[in-house]
This record gives sequence, C-alpha cells and structure tokens, in this order.
Amino acid sequence: MGTKNWPLWEVFVRSKNGLEHRHCGSLHATDAEMALENARDVYTRRNEGVSIWVVESKNITASNPDNNGELFEPAQDKVYRHPTFYDLPDEVKHM
Amino acid sequence: MSEEQIKNLEAQFEARIARDEKIEPKDWMPEKYRKTHIRQMSQHAHSEVVGMLPEGNWITRAPSLRRKVALLAKIQDEAGHGLYLYSACETLGVSRDELYDQLHSGKAKYSSIFNYPTITWADMGAIGWLVDGAAIINQVPLCNTSYGPYARAMIRVCKEESFHQRQGYEIMIKLAQGTPEQKEMAQDALNRWWWPSLMMLGPTDDVSVHTAQSMKWKLKRKSNDDLRQQFIDQTVPQAELIGLTIPDSDLKWNEEKGSYDFGEIDWDEFWQVVKGHGPCNKERMNARVSAWEEGEWVRDAAMAYAEKQKERKEKQAV
Ligand SMILES: [Fe+2]
Ligand SMILES: [Fe+2]
Repeated sequence: MGTKNWPLWEVFVRSKNGLEHRHCGSLHATDAEMALENARDVYTRRNEGVSIWVVESKNITASNPDNNGELFEPAQDKVYRHPTFYDLPDEVKHM
Repeated sequence: MSEEQIKNLEAQFEARIARDEKIEPKDWMPEKYRKTHIRQMSQHAHSEVVGMLPEGNWITRAPSLRRKVALLAKIQDEAGHGLYLYSACETLGVSRDELYDQLHSGKAKYSSIFNYPTITWADMGAIGWLVDGAAIINQVPLCNTSYGPYARAMIRVCKEESFHQRQGYEIMIKLAQGTPEQKEMAQDALNRWWWPSLMMLGPTDDVSVHTAQSMKWKLKRKSNDDLRQQFIDQTVPQAELIGLTIPDSDLKWNEEKGSYDFGEIDWDEFWQVVKGHGPCNKERMNARVSAWEEGEWVRDAAMAYAEKQKERKEKQAV
C-alpha cells in the first residue's frame, strides 16, 4: 500500500439501440480509456451492450435521501398532472 | 443525535425492510447493518477471487480446446463476480484497498472450500457441479436481499453461475461415460468434494450465530440446514443419473420427509480449515499476496502514465 489508488468509475451500458444507457456497476481504472476497456470485459461479456458510458464517480452529484421529502413529496398532491384526474363521459372515444 | 432519535430511525429502518423496500447507499442505516454488510459482501467477494486459484491450476492442462475456453470463461466470470461484489461493498464507504488488506492480513475470511487442492482434471468437473451448485443455492435467495447494490450484484452473479454448474456437470458426464480409469477419476473427485461442498452451506442451525439478525435483513432467507437439504435432494439424483455414487453410506431416501437422510458431517475438519489448517490455506494466501505485491509496480506505472497524459492534454489546451 502507500501507492496512489486508481479512481472509481461508474459504468452505464445501453443494451440495444433504442434503449437508454443504464447504470450497471462500477470499477477502478487509471483513466477513461482503461475504464471503458475494463467495463467491456466486466459488464458486456455476454452481449449485454452496444454502447458504454463511463463517468468518474466523483463527478456525479447525487441528491440526498434526507431531502426526499421536500424534493419528491410536492409531486404527490399534483394529481391534476395525471390523465385520470379529468372527468370525462364514458362515451368519449380515443382520448 | 440523541439515543431516542436513533431508536426511532432504527425502527423506521427495520419497518422499511419488513415492507420489502430496498436500502440504497446514501440512505441512513444502523452502523451494525453497514458493518455486517461490509463483512458479508467482502467475504463473498474474496471467495470469488480466491476461488479462481484452484481452477486456474488446470487451464493450461485442459484436455481439449473446448474445455479450455469454457474453463477460462468460467474463471473470468469469477473475477467479474469478485468485482461486482467489491463494488457493492465500496458503496458502503470502505475502500478497495482496505478490503484487500483485510484479505491479505488474514482478518477477512473467504469460503473454506477453496483451501482444498485440485489434483486431477475431474476436480474441474466436481467444482463446477458441486461447488458452484452449492454456491447457487446460497446465492439465489440473496437476489432479494435488502441492500440494493448487493441484490443487483447477486442477480448478475446468479445469471452467470448456471453455465458454471452445467460445464462442470458435463465434464463429469463425459468422464463417467469414459474408460474405467476416467470413471474412477470422476468418482474420486466426487468422493473428495462431496463433504466439503455440504460444509459450504455453513454450520448447522443449532450453532450458527448470525442467523436471526441476518434473516431480518434478508441477508439470509433460509437456514443453513434447509439449504443443505435442498442441495442434497437435488444433487443425489444427478449423481445417480451418471452412475456415480455419493460417498455417504447413511444416505437414504426418507419417504415420510420427502427428502434424503444423510450421514454425520465432520465439523472438526470444517473448523480446522476455517482456522487456517486446510491443505491449501497458506498456498492460496501466498498466491493472492504475491499477485498483489508483484503487481504494485504495474499499478503505479499505469497511474503515472495516466497522470502524465492528463497533464499533457491540459498543457495543450492552454
Ligand atoms: Fe461466482
Ligand atoms: Fe461460479
């Protein structure tokens, strides 16, 4: 020990075109290129992906679960954002 | 935080788990939950990594290219499993270096099964069939465990494990159908790996220490004895199918229970191996420690190279 640790990277894989990249795990690598190569070896050994993103973990800003109340609860009473909120007669079609 | 507040948080936390909610890395969690998870996940990661050694022993001597690519792919998977689990562990704020250090200093344990030697090719068959088989039984219930990163890692692991077991069993089938010497080799491997595989499912319920708490946190969903019974019941017919004999003279189908009765497990042997007196404990640890130490200059060089590249890029940008 005593040497410099390789930074941590988060890996996102697009499983096929048309789908979004999805977080699938993390790994250590010295730079982005190595992170990509390692991600390919570790996370796409069975055709799990057609595209990979790597992001150094320290560059991700995450919301704090302690603030979940103020962040996400206001959406709960905004039922008017959902189609089911609106009263329409049953006879109406295609809506 | 006052004791009262902590108690409150703990109660809410337990209630979330009881409702089958997942816990994610940044959520508040009791210190004991964090520590227990680091211990279990890192032990699990270490087992995947040390588990590559007994099989690595046979890569260069695999009997055909087909067997060789399969064995290589399996071992590479195990390296991946180690990585998924180390990563999950790191989400709890422990560094990879600390984890390695715990393994190398002997502070952390890994599955004792890997302290047995692989002396014939048939051991590759027995390991895939029995050791990966027992691992699957241990791991499948963990796909539903309460800690999100652990559960996700286990889902990936379990998807990959089934090929491991099938490639092992296929090796056994071929040997069992081969010459008398080959069949004998398969039987001998079964004889040596059977009991250690049963031990892999952990001490019996009456002496197992962590079970109650682990059940609550879904780190464990079935007791060791139940898992062991499940393993025996599914494996015995597989042995019969290929004409091999389970090395247990007390093994008998119990019609009433609907499962097999089996003989006494030598728990002295188990504890001896856990304490470091198995046939290969020293060899395994030496292999890991020297791989780490001898790789240090490579890790340093790679880091230095990356930093240099970065500096050069930044200069050019100016
Ligand atoms: Fe594995
Ligand atoms: Fe495996």
